Amino acid sequence: MSVAIRLAGCGRTWPGGSIALHPLDLDIAAGETLVLLGPSGCGKTTLLRLIAGLEAPDAGGRVFFDGEDVTRLPIERRHVGMVFQSYALFPNMDVAGNIGYGLRVRGVARAAARRRVDEMLAMMRLDGLGGRRIEALSGGQRQRVALARAIAPRPRVLLLDEPLSALDARLREQLRQEIDALLRSLGITAVYVTHDQAEAMALGDRIAAMEKGRIAQIGTGRDLYHRPANDFVAGFVGDTNRLATPEGERLVRPEHLALRRSATGGFTVVQATFLGPVVRVLLRDAAGRELRADVPDEDVPAPGERVAVLFQGRSLETEAAASPA
Amino acid sequence: MRRGIGFWTGLGFTLLISAFLILPVLASVIAGVTANQFVGLSSGLTTRWLVEVWANYGGTVLLSLRIALATLAVTLLIGIPAAYVLARHAGVTARLVEEALVMPVAVPGIATALGLILAYGAVGDLRASWLFILAGHVVFCLPFMLRSVLAVLLALDLKGLEEAARACGASWPQRFLGVVLPNVSGGVLAGSLMVVTLSLGEFNMTLLLHTPFTRTLPVGLADAYTALRTEMASAYTLIFFVLIVPLLSAMQWAASRAERLGR
Repeated sequence: MSVAIRLAGCGRTWPGGSIALHPLDLDIAAGETLVLLGPSGCGKTTLLRLIAGLEAPDAGGRVFFDGEDVTRLPIERRHVGMVFQSYALFPNMDVAGNIGYGLRVRGVARAAARRRVDEMLAMMRLDGLGGRRIEALSGGQRQRVALARAIAPRPRVLLLDEPLSALDARLREQLRQEIDALLRSLGITAVYVTHDQAEAMALGDRIAAMEKGRIAQIGTGRDLYHRPANDFVAGFVGDTNRLATPEGERLVRPEHLALRRSATGGFTVVQATFLGPVVRVLLRDAAGRELRADVPDEDVPAPGERVAVLFQGRSLETEAAASPA
Repeated sequence: MRRGIGFWTGLGFTLLISAFLILPVLASVIAGVTANQFVGLSSGLTTRWLVEVWANYGGTVLLSLRIALATLAVTLLIGIPAAYVLARHAGVTARLVEEALVMPVAVPGIATALGLILAYGAVGDLRASWLFILAGHVVFCLPFMLRSVLAVLLALDLKGLEEAARACGASWPQRFLGVVLPNVSGGVLAGSLMVVTLSLGEFNMTLLLHTPFTRTLPVGLADAYTALRTEMASAYTLIFFVLIVPLLSAMQWAASRAERLGR
């Protein structure tokens, strides 16, 4: 029973007059996972809170769930599930109490609620932890409890606000895979906010890259990576080089450059840093312009060596780069 | 583990201070049950003074208890919602209100009492009623309840918890009773103990607010002392201890039990 979400002319201006979100239209298909990606202050959380019903759009904005106008419904009556960055678990309740809270306040019968809580405990691999106090849980377990609490009442939409940002890198990777599998198996419409482009690429059916209160580009991860709409998107979803070519200026990803030792090459190696999968080589030409190339760890030119730089693959077709500078 | 000279000095100092504080209490308690104070303990122990105090001042004890519990009820009803509203509003106005509410603690009790008498002393039969003293005690005790609940509320992620509860579908009464209140129970308990203790012991303000028919325990105690009946006053103090120690223990016990049941 996943629903499609439609936003029409939704903007948000703070009482002081600063604009958090410029009016925008957005369609999210039923069952789709949309990731809102952007730096802090880009409006992604505000957009999520508009969908949730924690914020109201400026006059004229409308939010629809499957055609039903929910603009005036507060969050408690929109039947959404929400996972917060801080988890916001209730310290006065144990794990089962937290997971069952949404069922209890909605008046689900005791026995049915208990069955559902047990189901959630099993699904989130929290078996045996039902009676555990919240402060006795690890960060990863807390996140899973927060997810279970959001999902238990079978919400129409699942909203996640940077759910992994408080976890360390390895745990984040693992939970990301779990959330991915969960979203696929539930088939629920989900909106996921993050500032981490790897997370966005891994989870999003589509990604909306946001900048200064606007959606700069919306599309699949591949769209954003290979055909960024502008310099901001190009720079936010990966590293880019600005390369002057006979056809004009081009944006090129570091992994699309190859190096060849050449006494007459135009670049000198400044630094070569081993990163694991690749070696990041920093190059400089006579005019002082810098390039970054990611190359395999095989016979990498050493600092001081002169190299020629070859295109391998594509340059990025951004509108900014395509238009004459 | 070997303990250094610092430990023993610290322990000695602590014991000395404790003795200094407890000695008058013990002296009072013993004087309250000594047959003849001028002769000392060798004159034997008696319950005569206790019985006499109860006969003369029993009413003040019951009135003090009634006022303390009523003060507690009123400060709970006003203090918790007020703290909640102040915690939800971060603005300058909220902080000014918070400061203003603490004023009665800074102003001498006698001045507050005078203010109450001037403003409301002529209203109906209020001046003659124990409710007049109750009003004074509420003014004096409310900041303590408010502050202690507010401190806990500000340490909580109140906004986050309420939003999470809303996302789960909880209406305002559901989230206030189910999420906010249980998580501030520690502050409510601390505030309650403070309010009951302060109300039972309040003298400055009550001295002016009371009438011969509405004497509280501390006022009666002062009366006993000024009548130079030290053995009576001591017995009176003993009754006060017997009263307040179990009362505060019971409140502590009830609160910790309520907290455990809530989990």
